[in-house]
Amino acid sequence: MSSAKPKSGAPGTGRRAARPGGVLLRFLARRLAAALLLCVGITLVAFTLTQLVPGDPAAANLGQQAIGDPAAVAAFRAKYGLDQPLPVQYLTYIGNVFQGNLGMSQQSHRPVAEDLAEFVPATIELALFAIVVSLLVGVALGVVAAVNRDRWPDQVLRVVSLGGVSMPTFWVALVAFYLLSFKFDLLPGTGRLDPVLSPPPYTTGFYSVDAALAGQWDVMWSALGHLVLPSLVLAVYTVGMLMRFSRASVLEILGNDYVRAARAKGLPERVVIVRHVLRPAMVAIITVAGVAFGSLLSGAVLVEKIFSWPGVGQYAYRSAVNLDLPGIMGVSIVVAAVYILINLLVDLLYGVIDPRIRLT
Amino acid sequence: MGTLLEVEDLTVWLATRNGPRKAVDGLTFRVDSGEVFGIAGESGSGKTMTAMALLGLLPHAARTSGRAVFEGRDLLAMKPRELRDVRGRSIAMVSQDPSTSLHPMLSIETQVTEHMRHHLGVGKSEARGRAVELLSTVRIPDPERALRAHPAQFSGGMRQRIAIAVALACEPRLLLADEPTTALDVTVQAGILRLLNRLRQERDLAVVVITHDLGVMSAVADRICVMYGGRTAEIGPRETVLTHPRHPYTRGLLDALPHPEGGAATLRPIPGSPPSLGAVPEGCPFHPRCAFAVASCREERPEPVPVGSDHRVACPPDPLGGEA
Repeated sequence: MSSAKPKSGAPGTGRRAARPGGVLLRFLARRLAAALLLCVGITLVAFTLTQLVPGDPAAANLGQQAIGDPAAVAAFRAKYGLDQPLPVQYLTYIGNVFQGNLGMSQQSHRPVAEDLAEFVPATIELALFAIVVSLLVGVALGVVAAVNRDRWPDQVLRVVSLGGVSMPTFWVALVAFYLLSFKFDLLPGTGRLDPVLSPPPYTTGFYSVDAALAGQWDVMWSALGHLVLPSLVLAVYTVGMLMRFSRASVLEILGNDYVRAARAKGLPERVVIVRHVLRPAMVAIITVAGVAFGSLLSGAVLVEKIFSWPGVGQYAYRSAVNLDLPGIMGVSIVVAAVYILINLLVDLLYGVIDPRIRLT
Repeated sequence: MGTLLEVEDLTVWLATRNGPRKAVDGLTFRVDSGEVFGIAGESGSGKTMTAMALLGLLPHAARTSGRAVFEGRDLLAMKPRELRDVRGRSIAMVSQDPSTSLHPMLSIETQVTEHMRHHLGVGKSEARGRAVELLSTVRIPDPERALRAHPAQFSGGMRQRIAIAVALACEPRLLLADEPTTALDVTVQAGILRLLNRLRQERDLAVVVITHDLGVMSAVADRICVMYGGRTAEIGPRETVLTHPRHPYTRGLLDALPHPEGGAATLRPIPGSPPSLGAVPEGCPFHPRCAFAVASCREERPEPVPVGSDHRVACPPDPLGGEA
């Protein structure tokens, strides 16, 4: 930006500077359009699958008495549009979705959108906490293992990461809950807040953030405290996984000429590792972290159950056993959208880490 | 000109699956300040390991013995921390392929200035100013803009110029250039060699050029060491070594070079291939490929002995002695 030479041009160096902002915006627009189509496709798949499942929503939701009454069943089917042909049902649903209406849950008798606005942030808050902890711990330990390859810290950490990925999460959850919360009372165990507190005013749906925004510090601390145990339990697996990937990725980068060149410059090892090794290694690490975050979102059902965490996993489970079609569809759309957003974020991060991606 | 670097009996053992093996075996040479010293040899002859040993960048589990006295201090005896203060500051390195030795994700500015700021403690803007000067010294057009760019935006020759600028950033006394032109087009090679030559004149910089290419040697080196199997075959002034070689291996290398006036018929390759690590034969390492080998060559390790002014050859039968 310093020089304003409109037509000078530097011959020979072949720079394709262009406007990075323009490139980025076009990239974003293209990816968002694709994401939208993908979301619609996912609704179609989810819808088809729910129809293939044997079972009748009316039977699942009406009481024993009502099922025997054809009028009640017919009324139920008419109320939720189940008497229409399938394509019409689907098109009606898609039309409503585009107006922000995800339908009524047959189970909570509330709009699905409202339900999700409550349950989804709870899970995202948990998953974010878990993934941040996992990245910090997993990458740091992975680097330590790689730098000490085949020496004792590497051997010890290999056992740690193997343990992390091998222990079933529900078992870790039960043990952690029993020891840390029930037996020694070090951490709050269940729910999102202490029972005596009431939730902060809704802004983001993240209790910790909302409480901080409202200045309710006691609520914020309680929310953070309740996050610790379940998110650490979730992090056990992702730490193990990220540690292994970080180690492999760092080892691969360490063999590069440019690392030797950095050492030949006499830079402290810390600078060599953080600036010259970790940065390129992060490309592989964030790819894995993105996938891990996605699986935290949808795979936390058992942990949510054990810690009574009112998250989207529990909601999805309840919707599924009750054949609550709008609920299932809503969860599918939201989980898919979050997945897509994470992928987009990962792609953008590639560009931040590696200028060659920005420039081409 | 004083002696800048004095290497005495440098031996490097590398760890292999079959135990430690000598990659460099009793190398002795000196580099005067302001001169270009060439180390020549085929791949596997120990050239690069020599440079890595001087920088303390040998692979894990490698061991060294001997001495390498640089500005009065033995590099091989230094603690890692002391050596780190020498690296990049007093002794800099330019490696073979600039497309892999420059960091692909860091800006040129970071790569030219980071060690300057670390070693010399200069601030960001001063370092930047110096970087602009350096880039114009190595003839990078529009240096201001180049600082903001990344390596991928430059051609191979330009990248090697940038790598040289990186090496020069802390005004080192000694530059180790490991095959500095091998990865480049022939037309670009000449430019890089001229640049190295100009820099050593302007900056009183000693350069150790490591190459397998005797053509490059004849263009820049003042004195040459020819290595074979980790050992010195012949060492001496450029003119002497290249025009009156006394070691059959040097002679073989020269005969294998194409001559401008001769056709393909004049090319005489050396039969066989260089020994691999740990398979260096007994006696003179070159004897299995040598046309002049006699019985004693199979048993006795020849040491380089003086044969003329500043000229040493490790070949006791001296079959080429009469020609000189």
